[in-house]
Order: sequence, then C-alpha cells, then structure tokens
Amino acid sequence: MAHYTPPAQSKLGQIIDVIVLVTLTVGALFAPLWLNLAGAAKTVATPVENPTWEALGQNAVQAGQYEALGYTPESAHDLILARFDYSFTSGALIVMIVVIVAYYALLLKFSESEYREVISEKFGKK
Amino acid sequence: MAQTDITSSERDGMGPHGTKVGLLRVLGPAHVWALGVGIVLVGEYMGWNFAVGKGGAYAALMACWFAGILYSCVAMIDSEVTSTVAAAGGQYTQAKHIVGPLMAFNVGLYLVFAYTMLEAANAITAGYLVSVVATMTGYGGALDQRPFIILVIMFLAWLNYRGVLATLTFNLVITSIAFIAIIVLFLSTSGIIGDGIMQHAALFEGHEKPYGWIGIVAAMHFGLWFYLGIEGTTQAAEEVRSPARALPFGTLAGIMTLLIAATLTWYICSGVLPWEFLGDGVNGSVAPLFDTARLSGSNALIWFLGIGTLFATLASANGCINDASRAWFALGRDKYLPAWFGAVHPQYRTPYRSIVFLVPIALIFALGAPLDQVITFSILSGLLGYTFMPLNILMFRKKWPMGTIKRGYEHPFHPIPAIVLLCLCAFTFFAVFLGYGTQLVAMIGFYIVVSLWFHFWRYRFVNRGAQFTMPWPKPLGY
Repeated sequence: MAHYTPPAQSKLGQIIDVIVLVTLTVGALFAPLWLNLAGAAKTVATPVENPTWEALGQNAVQAGQYEALGYTPESAHDLILARFDYSFTSGALIVMIVVIVAYYALLLKFSESEYREVISEKFGKK
Repeated sequence: MAQTDITSSERDGMGPHGTKVGLLRVLGPAHVWALGVGIVLVGEYMGWNFAVGKGGAYAALMACWFAGILYSCVAMIDSEVTSTVAAAGGQYTQAKHIVGPLMAFNVGLYLVFAYTMLEAANAITAGYLVSVVATMTGYGGALDQRPFIILVIMFLAWLNYRGVLATLTFNLVITSIAFIAIIVLFLSTSGIIGDGIMQHAALFEGHEKPYGWIGIVAAMHFGLWFYLGIEGTTQAAEEVRSPARALPFGTLAGIMTLLIAATLTWYICSGVLPWEFLGDGVNGSVAPLFDTARLSGSNALIWFLGIGTLFATLASANGCINDASRAWFALGRDKYLPAWFGAVHPQYRTPYRSIVFLVPIALIFALGAPLDQVITFSILSGLLGYTFMPLNILMFRKKWPMGTIKRGYEHPFHPIPAIVLLCLCAFTFFAVFLGYGTQLVAMIGFYIVVSLWFHFWRYRFVNRGAQFTMPWPKPLGY
C-alpha cells in the first residue's frame, strides 16, 4: 500500500471535533434523564394505612434494626414496600439484542478494513 | 517464526510516537495493586448494595461471586495481553494492535467514560459523607454538598497533574487503610473479637428471594460494582519499571484482594442491615459499611469506617483521574482525537492537558445526575469493554500464536476464560436491560453514532502504519 499522508487539521476543526464528541456524550447520557426515560424507579403497589412493623412484614429483629437506624413504621413505609417492576416485552428484548449485535458487527467490520490498511502500510508485502 | 521479546523493561512506549518527552517509568507492582484496588475498593464501600435492592441479599451474594468469576477472567486475559503491550492506554492500545482502529477508538471511549463516571460517583459519595459527619458533629442545617464534590475532583486532578509517583503512593497508603478498615469491621462484628452482632437468619427471614429468580438475574447489574475498574491496572503499563512482571502480579494480586473484600463486605452488611434499607443506595444506605459501623455501637469503629469510606472514595477518584487521562492522552497521541491532548508535561511528565480537560466533564456528571444513574453509566461502559476482551484474546492468540512473541504472562485454560467471560457479559446485558434498558440502548446508540463519525470523518487525520507501535512481527493471516 502506498504511504498515506493525512491532511493537516486546522485548530478550529480540532475544537469543533471535541465539541461534537462532548455534546454527543452529554446528550446520550442525560437525554434519558431529561425525558424521564431513565428506568429503575421503584413504586409501592399496595400502600398500608396506619402501618405497623408486622403489617410491613418485619419480624422483631428486623424492626429492631430499623428502629436503631432511626426509622418508624411510617417513615420506613415506602423504603420497605417499594419494588421494581421487571416485566418486559419480547419485542423490547429483541430490539436490545439486535442493537448490541449490530453494534459489535459494525465495529468488527469497519475495524477489519482499517486494520488491513495499517498492517499493509506497516509491514508491506513481507 | 523467530520469537520477539517485547517485554523488555528498557523499551520506552513513547519512542515510536516520536515525542521528545515520555511518561516516567517509576512504578512497581505495589503501585499497580494500589491503582487497581484503589479504584475498585470504593465499590465495597458504596454502590454494590444496589444489587441487594435488585434481588435481595442472597441475590447480591450470587451476583458478587458470578461477577467475581467474570473479573477473574478479565484479569487473566488482561494480564496476558498487557504483559506484551507495554504502552499507556491499556485496552485501547491492545485493541489498536489486535482488532483495529475503530474498535480501539470505542474501547478508548469506554475507558474514559467508565472511569470519569466512577470518579463522579466517588465525588458524590465524598460529599454525602462530609454532610453525615457534619450532622454527627452537631451541624443542624442541610449541608450543601456541592463545594465538597468540586473540591475533591479539583484536588485530585491537581495531584495527578503534579506527578504519577506521588499520586499512586498516596493511593497505596489510603487504599491499604481502607482495606484494613473492612478487615477490622469484620473481626469486630462477626464475633471473632468481642461480641458478634450478625443476625443473618433473622434478617433474611421471609425475605430470602423477594423478587424470585428474576431478581437474582437483575442483581448481576450492580454485582459488577464490587470489582469494576480492576482492569485499570493496564493504564500504568508505560509508567512501570518492569511491565512484564509488575502488571500481571499487581493485577492478579488485586483481584484476589477484591474477592476477599467483596465477600466480607456482603457478609458484614447483610448480617446487620435490613435488606430494603441496605438495597436502597439513594434513600437508604448510601455507605453500607459505614452504616453497619454505626449500628455496632462503637465510636472507634464509626470513625474508622468513616475514614475508610472517605479514603476509598478518594483513592478511587484518584485512580480514575489517572486512568481516564491516560486513555484520553493515548487517543490524542494517535490523533484519534486532536493531537493537542497527546502532550506530556515537560517537568511533571504527566498527560496534563488530558487531566485538566476531563475535570469539567466529571463535574457535569457529579453535580447533575443521581448516583444510581452515574453508576449505571459507568457499569455500561465497563460492560462494553469486557465484551471486547474475549474477542481481543481470541484474535490475539490467532494472529500471534504461542511461541511467536514472548509473553510476560500466559493465562491458562484458553479459550475457556474467554467463553465464560462472553457468556457472563451476555447475562449482565440482560440484567441491565431489566430496569435500565433505555439507558442501555441510548448508550449503544451513542457509540454507533460516534463510530460512524470516526470511520467516515475523524479517521482521515490518522496516520495508518504509524499506529502500530509494538515491535511485533506481522500478524498471521495478513
């Protein structure tokens, strides 16, 4: 392969590249938060009125530890009863699998073509 | 084919890049251990307990051990490849030489984001801890944690700016103290010294599997937090005196330390704290070892674990700044990012521009996102990196079979660790999907977009053959 000489990049171009990368990063990581799509929120399915430790499903030892931590049945109500919802659809699972597999396939395919150029220029036809 | 010795301690990784000043080769195996364990040990002090919330105490224990197997595979694979790739950038540099530039670019970003998010999580925890200490010492108001978060990040960035030896010696001291604190808490609360306060059976009663088996799968997501970052030892490759000896020794000693610390941590905390409180790292137990010490009734333990928690967060943030900046620096040096980032400080011999540039990025996340989200972002970047590793070792052994180059360490049972690692990564992707699927897809969508940006735009500014800096023979099949 003939030796490849990369073009010189202007300072402005370098700054723009960094801004693009940082913007994409912040956007990707904060977008789910801003759109309230960040999952894993816990909810209390069945609240207990006038809660007691027994009604919250706590035995004497468990109740004793909560009290040692400064909780009462009322203040510990949401902490004890809130649960995650792990239900999902098969469609969502398939989308996730396709996205992950497609991503790695893209990486390996493009990397291979770039790598062949690198090896060809580094080692020639030896 | 003649065997090439690329493990010489005299080789300077900077040389092939033509720079006049290189990073200093001053570190030994203890510093490598301190870098790896220092980054990770905070995972025992905070964050792992989200695994309890995802599936209960038993689920967290299973996640702890399965994640331990995952990271043992990571450490074995990493030790072999890194003992031959003695250059800053760690897995990034491995990917560049073994898989290709686009994979390397992605791996570099995984490293930067995993460590920067972890650094942000550490700063959040340090701020929380200061507020707890303020309350314990009689302050009545709600302490604003933000100045302390900023102070932690700025101070540690300054330390990193000034030199790697002082930075990692500092880490060695405070990481050792944080590890000893866990041992002392275990001895003091388990009944070995004095009266025990463990009540596992009574605390687990009626709550053995609160979510059933799906909860055990889900817990694997945060199980990674017990060990996340141990792979960062490879970032020191260009600054250790003897990479072929120090890196495998420091990394494998590190994972053994963490397996002990993780299991002890689970045992201590789950035997004292109710699982709902322990598992809620936002509204319940932010720092579970510290909370356990609070219930021990011993002021000495409370202060020791408070100091241990603070030291663990500082050590981790310190190591994260070190690692993220090396990865960013390596990307700049190869022009994957603007070459301006590839500079070494003429006096302190550190990648100072990269260190300074990443400070505001860490602050954005430390001040703007909740702890569990920051941890999830860090875990996701780490997980993508772990998925790369089995591909990396399979291609490494295929392109440079045993005997073609001298390895400082050869991991046993190949390809079983690679296959196990790949399966556990798939398992963990599913665990993350349970609750954090949107973040998972958003993050991979981001990596797809930046990959296209790199391949079709940025890569034109990169030299081709000059990227291959290791003195290796031509790979088989090319």
